[in-house]
Amino acid sequence: MALLEVKNLSISFGGLRAVDSFEISIQKGQLYGLIGPNGAGKTTIFNMLTGVYKPDSGIIQLDGKDITGKKTIDINKAGVARTFQNIRLFKEQSVLDNVKVGLHNSYPYSALASVLRLPKYYKAEKEMNEKARELLKVFGLEDKENYLASNLPYGAQRKLEIARALATNPKLLLLDEPAAGMNPNETKELMETIRFVRDEFDMTILLIEHDMKLVSGICEELTVLNFGQVLAQGKTKDVLNDPKVITAYLGE
Amino acid sequence: MKKMFDKNNTKKATRDSFVTYGIVILVFIIVQVMVGTGSMSSLMQGLLVPLCIYSIAAIGLNLCVGYLGELSLGHAGFMCVGAFSSAFFTKYMVDTGMNENLRFVLAIIIGTLTAALFGFLIGIPVLRLQGDYLAIVTLAFGEIIKNVMNVLYVGKDSKGLHFSVSDASALKMEEEGKMIINGPKGITGTPHQASFVIGIILILISLIIVYNLVNSRTGRAVMAIRDNRIAAESVGIPVTKFKLMAFTISAAVAGTAGVLYAHNLSTLTALPANFGYNMSIMLLVFVVLGGMGSFRGSMIAAVLLTMLPEVLRGLSDYRMLIYAIVLIAMMLFNWAPKSIEWRQRHSLKGLFSKKTKGVQ
Amino acid sequence: MSFIAYLINGISLGSVYAIIALGYTMVYGIAKMLNFAHGDVIMIGCYVVFTMTSGLQFNPLLSVLISVVVCTVLGIVVEKVAYKPLRKASPLAVLITAIGVSYLLQNIALLVFGADTKSFSSIITLPALKLAGGKLSISSVAIVTVVTCVIIMAGLMLFIKKTKAGRAMLAVSEDKDAAQLMGVNVNGTISLTFAIGSGLAAIAGVLLCSAYPTLTPYIGSMPGIKAFTAAVFGGIGSIPGAFIGGILLGIIEVLGRAYISSQLSDAIVFAVLIIVLLVKPTGILGKPIHEKV
Repeated sequence: MALLEVKNLSISFGGLRAVDSFEISIQKGQLYGLIGPNGAGKTTIFNMLTGVYKPDSGIIQLDGKDITGKKTIDINKAGVARTFQNIRLFKEQSVLDNVKVGLHNSYPYSALASVLRLPKYYKAEKEMNEKARELLKVFGLEDKENYLASNLPYGAQRKLEIARALATNPKLLLLDEPAAGMNPNETKELMETIRFVRDEFDMTILLIEHDMKLVSGICEELTVLNFGQVLAQGKTKDVLNDPKVITAYLGE
Repeated sequence: MKKMFDKNNTKKATRDSFVTYGIVILVFIIVQVMVGTGSMSSLMQGLLVPLCIYSIAAIGLNLCVGYLGELSLGHAGFMCVGAFSSAFFTKYMVDTGMNENLRFVLAIIIGTLTAALFGFLIGIPVLRLQGDYLAIVTLAFGEIIKNVMNVLYVGKDSKGLHFSVSDASALKMEEEGKMIINGPKGITGTPHQASFVIGIILILISLIIVYNLVNSRTGRAVMAIRDNRIAAESVGIPVTKFKLMAFTISAAVAGTAGVLYAHNLSTLTALPANFGYNMSIMLLVFVVLGGMGSFRGSMIAAVLLTMLPEVLRGLSDYRMLIYAIVLIAMMLFNWAPKSIEWRQRHSLKGLFSKKTKGVQ
Repeated sequence: MSFIAYLINGISLGSVYAIIALGYTMVYGIAKMLNFAHGDVIMIGCYVVFTMTSGLQFNPLLSVLISVVVCTVLGIVVEKVAYKPLRKASPLAVLITAIGVSYLLQNIALLVFGADTKSFSSIITLPALKLAGGKLSISSVAIVTVVTCVIIMAGLMLFIKKTKAGRAMLAVSEDKDAAQLMGVNVNGTISLTFAIGSGLAAIAGVLLCSAYPTLTPYIGSMPGIKAFTAAVFGGIGSIPGAFIGGILLGIIEVLGRAYISSQLSDAIVFAVLIIVLLVKPTGILGKPIHEKV
């Protein structure tokens, strides 16, 4: 059974059909790409998958469970985590604390335990620090844990967002243009990191990307979106050679 | 001012909080010595409890403004609730023969919890709003609370409690009945139980609560909501719950300040000067000037700004004028981008500049 | 008949709120700041008129004109000295500075004019209008107030739609940076906004004091807050919103005082505000806020 199964997903804004009958099926452990010209509806799909927008119609199933139209928090708890196209870090908090916010639901202790500094607090905090540092290490951010998130360079901010998303222990990771604003070297490094994350954490990843090198380099399957509709879907190589795709998107 | 590193790292944050506790205790010792040796004017001695009151209220408001990132202009209303509910309790119990220390402790708890309850109930609808709309609605709630206190009449006789919102005679009390809340005349004859020692203890308790809360899972969630609500939701933070929690605790701390206020005066009335929006604004001035997110800064600002008019008393008519000018000048000095740039160039560390921090 | 009389009183008071609210809402729209000192500009305007008419025996109309000029200049100076340096700072910093300016104006008035209550003699001395065979009497102050408010509203709408400066104001309120790129003089436009808002405050002050003839350094504070409430009520940033919010607020206040409780009239006003905002979080005519993800 597929990990993510989306059928007939549609949404309109003010009469404009932003996404029309979108379908996708992603197997566990897959690295899947969602591409398409600007305004094709890619981020809108992410927003529906994560409950920011409620779809007008359609079904979203994660691991066999229906998560359609649920709240963002519940969808995250069900196992979907994401990054944002326009980076959304907790700017006034440290790099370490950003990841620790992601660990929020994995290490529950009450506000009372924090006020009274009960042993539970120290134990949970210690474990959280260890876990968070482990995650930061994956992204090469371990020596920057005390930096304010807003003071990180752009590329590192994107990585921190991925680390924070991973901290919520998701089944499915949605990356919205993870390589945007990175130079070719950084992109190459990011590709390796994404692959490493998939292998190491046994993760299923769906990513939106414009960088064709990255997409063709790491994605096993692709869906091409155009004007809110699926233009092509399948193995990366086949899709990228599809004449429809070339004229509609790559050819331009 | 832009800072490179975050103080809120567990160890550093713990050290920071202990520095603050240390300062409070040090100030307490110095004041005790000064009072003991008779080197403190009676005017200053009279200011000691108010300084504690405003410090506590500013600490409470800072939790809301600095950490939750929501502008409240109604915290004087929570002080008002804390003051009236606790004074009501004290006045009700005053001739039951209850131990007066126990009674005062209970009054503190009751005042704090009642303010928390109001914070919770008001927070449910209000926290859906954002920015300036939230500010005006909190202001509105503060004014309503103050207004209602001015028309509330409560009396006690052998049959129990009597309530009215029109006038004292409508209570229909027995002859020997006792007025507890007398409309605009408020509550009179509350025992004067607030003292500097109690004030310092309450400051320390408030500080421990807010510091420990802020440097925890709860505090991180609250700050995450402040920094980016959508991202916070995306990592599974229940936004409403934590907003409400922070707002409620913030209101509760303001309520504690109100209890101290009520037990420091023989007459408690809800006037624009003590519980109106002007007081809420005053508290906000302490918080912003002291540095949002810095509880120590809030206290320092509360102490300095409360003392300033008294220190300037010799200048009589000009003191509030000077106060206003100092306030504007400090705001420009601390916040104007040009001034910040200039200070960075000359690496001049202003009184509060280290703690100033922008909150979006 | 008494209901109609109350209603007219409410509309008249609401017109004053509306004129003050216009100042709030325009400044908010353009500078995105809550100018807490706006109410105190009203107070200064009142004192100027009081000094001119009672002290110097000037012609009332001339006095109002001088008051408008004084307040306009005051508004521009305050903006230049206190708010402009903070334009790129946190909105909260500007808010606190505005509070500082409010204290400053109150204390200047306290020093110059003293703390004692001055009794303001209305400059509108026309006889009251009698209707329904003398059963319904409408004071001339009420009529002048409502008419003035309508004229100001219409004038302002025309100004913004038809003149270059007005359109520049609209552009700056939509997007300051884009307006700057398009060659709009942003600083000049902000100054102009403060000038108009403060000038209107002077007029509002005269009307307010003509209806409620007591003058102290603190009289601007509460009407200021109420007008701010009215602006939020109608949808802050919207000029018709300020008008509607002001009128409604005035009516609610007067009717509440007459029929429910005189002591609770402010509480009623604020309670209605809360209800409106909970139903429509951006006010009656406010645009909904959308956050792009």
